[in-house]
Amino acid sequence: MASTAAAAPARSEWDGGVSPMGVSYGKLMMWFFLLSDAFTFSALLVTYGLVRSSHQAYQGAVDAFTFSQAYWPIPEKVFEAVPFLHGLTAPLVFVGIMTFILIMSSVTMVLAVEAGHRMDRKAVEKWMLWTILGGLAFLSCQAWEWGHFIHGAETGKAVAEGTTFFGANLAHNQYGPPDFAAFFFFITGFHGFHVFSGVCLNFLIYYNTVMGTYDRRGHYEMVEKVGLYWHFVDLVWVFVFTFFYLV
Amino acid sequence: MDHAEDNVQVNVLPPDKEKIKKLWTVAAILGAVTAVEFLIAFTMHHGPLKTAIFIGLTIVKASYIVGEFMHLRYEVKVLFWSILIPLTFVIWMLVAFIYEGIIISDLRL
Repeated sequence: MASTAAAAPARSEWDGGVSPMGVSYGKLMMWFFLLSDAFTFSALLVTYGLVRSSHQAYQGAVDAFTFSQAYWPIPEKVFEAVPFLHGLTAPLVFVGIMTFILIMSSVTMVLAVEAGHRMDRKAVEKWMLWTILGGLAFLSCQAWEWGHFIHGAETGKAVAEGTTFFGANLAHNQYGPPDFAAFFFFITGFHGFHVFSGVCLNFLIYYNTVMGTYDRRGHYEMVEKVGLYWHFVDLVWVFVFTFFYLV
Repeated sequence: MDHAEDNVQVNVLPPDKEKIKKLWTVAAILGAVTAVEFLIAFTMHHGPLKTAIFIGLTIVKASYIVGEFMHLRYEVKVLFWSILIPLTFVIWMLVAFIYEGIIISDLRL
């Protein structure tokens, strides 16, 4: 037995010289980074679930809902404003627009990756620009969303000494328990920072593409790697949209 | 911008029409599922069923994004499972934390 094994050593694909996972080192590490990032975001959203389920839920009819510190607010009653349409009640419409923007920028990113496979620099430039534009549009929407949330709605929250508190900060908010605003800032803020980093990386890729770096290198794999990150940002928003805004 | 071509010979291939069409189909599916979520958000009463439907639709969207856009479906099986199997820890975390939250809620009453 031993002698036959020595004569023809069985070589596994894990012994080196090949890529058993079929991807380059950089791409593989991007996947594992995204896996770890997925755990971070899961932890945030699951903790949101824990804190929310440890608070009282609103029991009455949805139409009769009013903001109170006694129970967790219904998200569609908090996020119901749209820019330039002051006073209009349009629950979740603006968040829906943001979701659509991010999905579209994911599509333009994957089209940039497709163009990269074909070594088509002009097409990569075009689709990268659209992706960057989508990212900036999303960030602008989020800036408005935060501004509106911080400044508050028409009816504030009555606090001591007969004064009323409008909007939200990390200690108080008019919408519900303090934890509600804290989670809003932390979860959408952490996601927003990912989008911001993604826009910076996308711009770097766009710059390198224009400078012909990837043509000289002979492949556009960097577009794929950053593309993975950008799709992940979209993926996280899909979950934030469901667990923060819909449920 | 022509300076890049001066010393590099690049062979540009024509667009893969079929692949691009497929990508737009996936985008349309994602948009449609989001639209359905909106419809459900304003037509159904709040409850466990509604939450379950939302989670189901979210997983559908997630699998399209990860499978098609991030191309994971077409990667080697070892890579596919190396990414998916660790994610089962999230399910454990979810069950444990929500259970804990309900207990805390009961203790506060």
